[in-house]
Amino acid sequence: MPVIDKQNILAILQEVCDPEVPVLSILDLGLVRDIKFNTDNIDIIITPTYTGCPAMDMIAMNIKWALIENGYKNITVTSVLSPAWTTDWMTEDGKRKLKEYGIAAPDKKFQIPKDGIECPQCHSANTRLVSEFGSTACKALCQCNDCKEPFDYFKCH
Amino acid sequence: MHTYLTNYLLHLADTALILSQRNSEWCGHGPILEQDIAITNISLDLLGQSRNFYQYAATLVGPDTTEDALAYLRTEREYKNHLLAEQPNGDWAQTVLRQFFFSAYQYLLYEKLQSGPDEQLAAIAAKALKEVTYHLRWSSEWVIRLGDGTEESHQRMLKAIDELWRYTGEFFMAADYEKEMAVDMASLKAAWMKKLIAVFEEATLPIPENTFMQTGGKTGIHTEYLGFILAEMQYLQRTYPGAAW
Repeated sequence: MPVIDKQNILAILQEVCDPEVPVLSILDLGLVRDIKFNTDNIDIIITPTYTGCPAMDMIAMNIKWALIENGYKNITVTSVLSPAWTTDWMTEDGKRKLKEYGIAAPDKKFQIPKDGIECPQCHSANTRLVSEFGSTACKALCQCNDCKEPFDYFKCH
Repeated sequence: MHTYLTNYLLHLADTALILSQRNSEWCGHGPILEQDIAITNISLDLLGQSRNFYQYAATLVGPDTTEDALAYLRTEREYKNHLLAEQPNGDWAQTVLRQFFFSAYQYLLYEKLQSGPDEQLAAIAAKALKEVTYHLRWSSEWVIRLGDGTEESHQRMLKAIDELWRYTGEFFMAADYEKEMAVDMASLKAAWMKKLIAVFEEATLPIPENTFMQTGGKTGIHTEYLGFILAEMQYLQRTYPGAAW
């Protein structure tokens, strides 16, 4: 087993992605709250995005796999609920990657989703909200009135 | 032992799970695709809530108990959900009204629980409250749209009120374990009525009269619907105990 080093663990976690939004790593999303370790155990503290998010079990498993692949052993993943996850913890780099992927990033001006969220395709603000509930719990569904493309909006949370 | 806390957690978990199960019956049958997705998203949020409550309750019951055992291996008389949650979906009007009655109640309750003395319960409530905010807004908008819609949609809302109103009184009649939790039912009821009146007025719907209220769910006395729900929901674990995949 390699010497346990926080920077090294962070580099590995940066490669663990959200299965529903594969361009975002769990660090971009702000899901990793803490890393605890001693000489032979590692505990990764994560927090769920949404209460019923079905991706959480998979994310916990992927964290373990990624660390095992890199030679680490005795890994636990602990889920904590408080403080509740918020999109404020999403990194700026994460928001940029989201937009490039075609999902509008959380925007304080649209705390409550409504018409006018910038289209990630053509950047028009002439858009409409179709539904506050999109393809996953964390997204709302919108459509651009100019380029006509439908798009997801990652809701403020 | 925290018997009253365990019972209270089971009550919260059972209500969320049964309403989740009911809403999930819409999967693939919603009136339009976007609303099919919306109601099943709400169903998923409620399922997540119930898991959190069951997981917490399981730690209080003992090391041999799991969230799955609590959900799949308890009988009708052991379930403590609100009667409202188990009522049939009916038409879309009945489904959205049930959700509105419940989400308005749940929103106000979780607001109180998030600053309560039990840390884990407060954490679950604070997290879920963010999601319930969406459920309440969504269901309020539907009640308004149908109530203040066409003659047909208005009639259907009236019929839904007739069907469901009698199950709302149970929210505010404390079971023994709720008394122990010291939830202030009276202030909850006043705040709930205020939300209801605001939405019903905009929806041009009459404020229902104070009539006889059906109770019993919280102490395990259910309408005939719960048995059928459990029979379907628990089928696999009852038939193949311990099945996993």
